[in-house]
Amino acid sequence: MSPNRRDFVKASATAAAVTALGPRILTAQPSRIIVAAPGEAYSEELAVEAINAARDAGAQYADARVGRYRRQTLNTRERQITGVSDAETYGIGVRTLVDGAWGFAATANVTKDGVVRCAREAVRLSRAAKRSQRKPVELAPVAPVKGTWITPIRKDPIDVPIEEKVALLFATNEAALKVPKIRFCTSGLQLLREVKTLATTEGTLITQTFVRSAASFDATASDAGITESFSEELPPRSEGWEYIESLNMPGNAAEWAQVAVEKLTAKSVDPGVWDLIIQPTNLWLTIHESIGHPTELDRAMGYEANFAGTSFINPPEKMIGKLKYGPEFMTVQGDRTQPFSVGLCAWDDEGVPADTWNIVEKGMFKDYQTTREQAAWIAPLTGVNRSHGCSYADSWDKVQFQRMPNISLMPNANDVTLNDMISSTDRGIMIRNRGSWSIDHQRYNFSFSGQAYYEIKGGKIERMLKDVAYQASTPVFWNSMDLIGGKSSYWLGGTFSDGKGEPSQSNSVSHGCPPARFRKVDVINTARSV
Amino acid sequence: MAPKSLFAQAAQDAAQFLSRDAARRLTDRIISFSKADSIRVNITSGVTGNTRFAGGQVTTSGNTNDTSVTVLSTIGRRRASATTNVLDDESLRRTVDLAERLARLSPEDPELMPELGPQQYMPITNLFESTAGLTPEQRVAAVTALIGAGEAIWKGANAPGALFVAGFLDTDAGATVVANNKGLFAYQPSSSVRLSNTARTPEGTGSGWAAANARDWRRLDPLYLGRRAAQKAVQSRAALAVEPGFYTVVLEPAAAAQLVGQVGGALNARAAEEGRNAFSMRGGGTRLGQKVFDERVTFYSDPADPEVLADPFDAEGFPASRAVWIENGVLKQLQYDRFWAQRKGVNATMGGGGRGRGGGGGGGGGGIRMRPGTKTLDQLIAETRRGILVTHFFYTNVLDPRSMLLTGLTRDGTFLIENGRVVRPVKNFRFNQSVMQMLNSIEEIGKPDAAQSASPAPPMRVTDFNFAAVTDAV
Repeated sequence: MSPNRRDFVKASATAAAVTALGPRILTAQPSRIIVAAPGEAYSEELAVEAINAARDAGAQYADARVGRYRRQTLNTRERQITGVSDAETYGIGVRTLVDGAWGFAATANVTKDGVVRCAREAVRLSRAAKRSQRKPVELAPVAPVKGTWITPIRKDPIDVPIEEKVALLFATNEAALKVPKIRFCTSGLQLLREVKTLATTEGTLITQTFVRSAASFDATASDAGITESFSEELPPRSEGWEYIESLNMPGNAAEWAQVAVEKLTAKSVDPGVWDLIIQPTNLWLTIHESIGHPTELDRAMGYEANFAGTSFINPPEKMIGKLKYGPEFMTVQGDRTQPFSVGLCAWDDEGVPADTWNIVEKGMFKDYQTTREQAAWIAPLTGVNRSHGCSYADSWDKVQFQRMPNISLMPNANDVTLNDMISSTDRGIMIRNRGSWSIDHQRYNFSFSGQAYYEIKGGKIERMLKDVAYQASTPVFWNSMDLIGGKSSYWLGGTFSDGKGEPSQSNSVSHGCPPARFRKVDVINTARSV
Repeated sequence: MAPKSLFAQAAQDAAQFLSRDAARRLTDRIISFSKADSIRVNITSGVTGNTRFAGGQVTTSGNTNDTSVTVLSTIGRRRASATTNVLDDESLRRTVDLAERLARLSPEDPELMPELGPQQYMPITNLFESTAGLTPEQRVAAVTALIGAGEAIWKGANAPGALFVAGFLDTDAGATVVANNKGLFAYQPSSSVRLSNTARTPEGTGSGWAAANARDWRRLDPLYLGRRAAQKAVQSRAALAVEPGFYTVVLEPAAAAQLVGQVGGALNARAAEEGRNAFSMRGGGTRLGQKVFDERVTFYSDPADPEVLADPFDAEGFPASRAVWIENGVLKQLQYDRFWAQRKGVNATMGGGGRGRGGGGGGGGGGIRMRPGTKTLDQLIAETRRGILVTHFFYTNVLDPRSMLLTGLTRDGTFLIENGRVVRPVKNFRFNQSVMQMLNSIEEIGKPDAAQSASPAPPMRVTDFNFAAVTDAV
């Protein structure tokens, strides 16, 4: 059987896997068969070979992940290309438990000999780790699963000819450069395809293909010695080339560039206390930093203390059902099921089915993000015995651990629009797109800026402002939220590069939210704080 | 599995990392597949080992090996790259073909510079068997010793509960290779190791941190690092807030490095000339030749300096050399990549824009270093009438590149100094501070102590440091 034929058969099984996930995912676009790179049939055999070798060497549990990653990036500046690259990496990582101690080894030598040696090395690391162990690892149960899944897309972005991609970016830049006072602009594309096979000693054997696309655009205007830039927020999505086309970058570039020109004459903000209307293009990152990270259970328990930090939401017994995160209308959902989100999958890197659950419900903190190792830590408090499916590794050569799923602020049940919010605000600043960001290691105190700011006076946009950053502490900020937009204003932002862990790994995560209004937030003037 | 014999093995066993001969054979083979006008091959080949710990025990650990090949093909003025880690002939041919296909489809690059011919490089010993041969068992033993040293400090403090110690030990050993079809071949083996740890007190009010990195494992002292983090945790318990405002601060080397690290990025000549960074002059031109910092401030690059952890060449194979960028406060040179240097009629000080491993900073071969002074950290503290001692910062990010205005937070040990003594811990601050202004407000530059190896910045005492807000984060 040729690899193509075999992949076709696997892809046909996808529909069954999708059905099991429930109706949310079925609302996504119909899936399309992607012809996987040669070698994936072989991957399943080698993954099984590796876990058998680990068991023979003494592991009570083992999983093996074979990953083939293809990443294509294009970057342009004005009328030239600043980078075109296409990278492929292929290898296997084997994780083992011996007497409750983890070991991990990875190799690019994906041959029978290579994976067997790798599995034995992982067991050796488990045994070494056992010497320091005080509390053995216990895994929450999960039903073994066999199947395949593919991101629902219409057009594989990697297969689109490079000349079409370059033409799109150059047309974008040209449109921006036609705007008077625009001196520089950059644009880019980042396109990914990942094929990942997971085998476990509990009987799981799955292969998933992920396709993700992202774009970037930035313009710089200059006049009379003043320079201002504007970046449009073009979030990554689990979609194909159809998403890049839907952004209509050449058609929108002049409008985006014009914002940079308008910033040249914007008034520098008066620092002080302001009401803020934060658009989803900025708020998604605030959600990521101030809700996403502090509700990671490994952070709360100190596992990230030496790097990403800990969490103010600790200890769990004093927080679950007791911490008032925000107003009663605030509900925050964790999921890996939202259509088009970059966290979308059928199973996580432990074979746990994708989940949807509330992290904040009616303003109260309800649950953390968990993996199989972590579920038992808080099960008596939450009554949830399963993992929420948050295990992920960014490459075959890194061990999987707890990573953020999509974390989203649910919209208002009433259809409040952005315009409704502006017209009901007497004095405030509206913030568009993300700028600079910084937050402390327990996720209390943060500072965020944007790309464009508008002063609101008497329910109307009065003028543009600049040099704005808002600084607040997480619980005070979220409890100051008094109005959120409805379903029609909900928007999905996200990133390919959420960093955590040692060695550092990059996670893809989406955050959906409506615009929201916050009362009496401290605003600094970034030009005067020198 | 006997990493002790790594050096003998390396020649025979590609599963470890590429020897010079094996690298030469591999690059020759890849170059032979090329139909382009020119081809450059960049290879990183290596093994890594890591041990992560938390709550006094190892939580995850890993050993990896990988060899990754990037092919950069040039056809006329068109150029593109493709990368793979699958090293059979078929995959390598496919990768070379892909790079050429991408190059043909790419528009002409007006800034393209031809590949370099053969170059001379400074001989540098960057590979140490103490690091390359460190076994998983030895890593666990070192980590266990560090944890024990920290816990002993806690026991000495006679407080209830257990100290929470988390950290990371990470080694790598491998080779960086650059070769092209114009006769250039560069090969540099190297190793590095980093050990860091954070100690937190059980009631959650104290936190301390210590870290060190080096090429040679023997330069690191796990017991010292465990003790230092634990001491800071003990001393930082039950911190009280002091008012935000402008303070004299004593920055430990790690904290200083996080701020002055911005200076390296601002040395980019093109960005400076285009009005985009801190060394741009308002209205056009650069501040070259002007006094930009306090006269005690000197920044240099030197791949032969073991504290800099640099490579002798960058991704183009451009040789690194010693260079002084800022001398006694005066901006002496900016960094010109080959294209911009040709455009401006000056000598290049780095290859093509610092892309790839080893091209990140001055001299084309790695980071820059700020010249230390003579006083120890303890002396800097002893000479402070009133000020804040900062262990390190977290989440620093640029608010305005033109003034190098940064924001970020203090972390893991922030203390009030009065009359030359550390008198009590204080709550962490958010700062909004311009590095330009800070390096003009220096009272004293000290020297890192020996245990803080490979520190790119010395400790320093500066005035009027802007702490904008207090955070409750511990």
